[in-house]
Amino acid sequence: MTDILRLDGLDRRFGGLHVTRNVSLALQPGDRLALIGPNGAGKTTLVNQISGVLPPSSGRIFLDGSDVTAQSQAERVRRGLARTFQITTLAPHLPVQRQVELALFERERLGHSMWRSIDAFTGVANEALALLNTLGLAHRADVATGSLAYGEQRLVELALALALRPRVLLLDEPMAGVPKADGPVLLAALDRLPADLALLIIEHDMDLVFRMATRIAVLVQGELIADGPPDAIRNDPRVRAAYLGH
Amino acid sequence: MTLLLNILVDGVAYGMVLFVMAVGLSITLGLMKFINLSHGAFAMAGGYGVAVLVGSHGCNFWAALLVALIATGVFGAALEALVLRHLYRRPELQQVLFTIGLTFFLVATANAIFGPQVRSISLPPSLSGSVDLGFRTLPTQRVFVLLAGVAAAALLTWIIARTRFGVWIRASVDHADAASGLGIPIRLVQCLSFGAGAALAGLGGVLGAELMPLEPYYPLKYLVLMLVVVAVGGMGSIPGSLCAALVLGTVDTASKYLVSEWGSLLFFVAMGLLLAWRPRGILTR
Amino acid sequence: MTTTAQAPAATEITRPRARAMPPPWRLPLATIAAAIVASLLWPDQLGLVSRVASTALLVLSLDLLVGYAGIATLGQAALFGVGAYGAGLFAQQVHGDPLLGLLVAAAAGACLAAASGAFLLRFEGFTLLMLTIAFAQILLSLASTFRGLTGGDDGLSDFTVSPILGLWEFDLEGRVGAIYAVAVLAAGLYLSRRVANSPFGLSIRGIHESRARMAALGTPVRQRLIGIYALSGMLAGVAGAVTAQINGIVGLDSLGFPLSAEALVMLVLGGAGNLSGSVIGASVFTLLHHTAASIDPYHWLFVIGIALMAVVLFPPAALAQKAWDRVRGTRKAAP
Repeated sequence: MTDILRLDGLDRRFGGLHVTRNVSLALQPGDRLALIGPNGAGKTTLVNQISGVLPPSSGRIFLDGSDVTAQSQAERVRRGLARTFQITTLAPHLPVQRQVELALFERERLGHSMWRSIDAFTGVANEALALLNTLGLAHRADVATGSLAYGEQRLVELALALALRPRVLLLDEPMAGVPKADGPVLLAALDRLPADLALLIIEHDMDLVFRMATRIAVLVQGELIADGPPDAIRNDPRVRAAYLGH
Repeated sequence: MTLLLNILVDGVAYGMVLFVMAVGLSITLGLMKFINLSHGAFAMAGGYGVAVLVGSHGCNFWAALLVALIATGVFGAALEALVLRHLYRRPELQQVLFTIGLTFFLVATANAIFGPQVRSISLPPSLSGSVDLGFRTLPTQRVFVLLAGVAAAALLTWIIARTRFGVWIRASVDHADAASGLGIPIRLVQCLSFGAGAALAGLGGVLGAELMPLEPYYPLKYLVLMLVVVAVGGMGSIPGSLCAALVLGTVDTASKYLVSEWGSLLFFVAMGLLLAWRPRGILTR
Repeated sequence: MTTTAQAPAATEITRPRARAMPPPWRLPLATIAAAIVASLLWPDQLGLVSRVASTALLVLSLDLLVGYAGIATLGQAALFGVGAYGAGLFAQQVHGDPLLGLLVAAAAGACLAAASGAFLLRFEGFTLLMLTIAFAQILLSLASTFRGLTGGDDGLSDFTVSPILGLWEFDLEGRVGAIYAVAVLAAGLYLSRRVANSPFGLSIRGIHESRARMAALGTPVRQRLIGIYALSGMLAGVAGAVTAQINGIVGLDSLGFPLSAEALVMLVLGGAGNLSGSVIGASVFTLLHHTAASIDPYHWLFVIGIALMAVVLFPPAALAQKAWDRVRGTRKAAP
């Protein structure tokens, strides 16, 4: 099976700081890869390079065989890459339904349409509401995203990523800051993700990691020190050493 | 060769005027992130103060200058403490709207007090002659402007670099939220800086009265010039403002000497190029 | 949080939904009605009605940028002036038909905006603001230099505008002019509302509130911004053309900084981000100016200065609250 996402010797420096050290990684469709590591290891920086927010200093990124290293975020999204953000980046004054519709309009390449009202696109509206319904948010469709509870906002982030029907999904700490009560809904949503979707999830919550992941990669100070099935990682001495005191 | 020297001297002098006028605005923008479009009113106040004290009351020029600058500084500090500081947290468009309204108000006030005609400042004999430098003579007024500008720049640099107040200013510009937590009396810093900036603007108004005549519409006429110096120099950067003012002042003077039919075209082209090249300020990468 | 029940069929989900977008004909009709009332109340002030209408169109163009896209600019006069001079020169050199002149101005404004936007929109915030000022000032200097073409300080005035559609000539009382200006404004409001309601308009709002998110959704952000900038330029150019055609003269002040600043003031006064604010702001400001200026040119500055400061310090409940609500967002989100 060809890799849906491949990183080849990705390297990134910020002046004297070496934040990504020669990272090579491959994901296949259906993989559930958890990226773990101590704080400051460079996990979000790595995801930023994969999604196109940050260019690498050297190395290549391949999406379904094509070299996307020089391509913009928008172009990578069109090739099937989606991500969520650790810090909420939702448009605060837009109602939830409209925010999801935005994602759908972009997916359907309707974003340049200037004449028809968004209310005329009933298919889009219905799909948005259905998506919100699967995440338990249908009753909040008309609320401004800025007024949502934090856990609900994380769900909207997930809804946006799913709306794009990606083939590779990067989740940046989806459970971070989510109150315990909202946890199960988010977990249920993650469980219901399409089976052929390749998932790369940054998480600190080890319960979630061991529950969901088919593979675990460990990043320490920008370097990938381990990459393998959960059991192997659990028993890897280098990983234990890196996490001592964590 | 003489032409080149003339351009250089006049250009640097003009640049010094722009610097002195705009540096207060740069500090205010960098320090309080507050858009004060009425800054030109301080320049006008200083100019009018000296013009009236000397012209109508026969005061000594230097005494009048001192009084006018102090009065302008106090006026600025009072304005900041009583009115403007309540707007620091408001959205930018509201700050723009308010300070434009304030400018209109001050323009109308100036007209009511001083009348609509252009005022000039009669220079004392000590500044009216020329200075012989050997290779050419310069009007004493120009020399005064150059020296005043250099003195102001030097004084500011010294304050910023060597005094406790300077440390406070630098800390407040770089880390506004943390500054008060560090025990810096941020309100005092803001108020005094604003007042100092106002006084300097007043000095600029006096120094530049020949090139930029005093009239009630003054703050509106020259607002763009001050904004340009601040933008090109970088908000909150004193050396940046000086550099920007000198470069742009010389470009504009050269343009007026060589291709006067183009008006301020070259000035704004230079400004656009410099800003596009260094968006954060001419001395900042 | 509720646990997710079995999702009902997509078509059955009806409540709650985001509020529907306002119909595009509502604002134009309201504006026309207001203009008719004003013309009946003050039949000898039709020139003022024209001025308010063409100014409102300029402010509307600015609202698309400032209110919707979040792009603060003080160079809108560049696009207005290009449209004004374009229409004047077209009438002088090519053909006097005013509707063709509008087309020329629209094209000129749109093209200039698209071309300048491609460069300017690489920047943000204060830098962008200053660059828009520079751009407009450069155009002003050019217009002043090429006085053979533009008339320089004296302005461009030796052009005649033919009757509209060959039937209605611009009369001295200003009746035809007023109807013309209001009709063009209504068309502009209709167009703007349609764009604001569209997926494009929604994406512009998304870009305004969260550029990072939009990029991550695959939006070609800069392309969209250039698009709204071009649309804004088109409307500003048309506003300039209308002014030129009704007044019969184009001056350098149509490219000047004071015009850009006034337009921004009117927009903030009336409320940015909901299109109707442009009409309200232009009306209030122009009426204030007109009444106060006829007493004494400097008195009007007292009045407007205090009014602006008052509006910021003590927002009047009805007007500003509605505008602020729309812009800031409260419990109920804007559609």
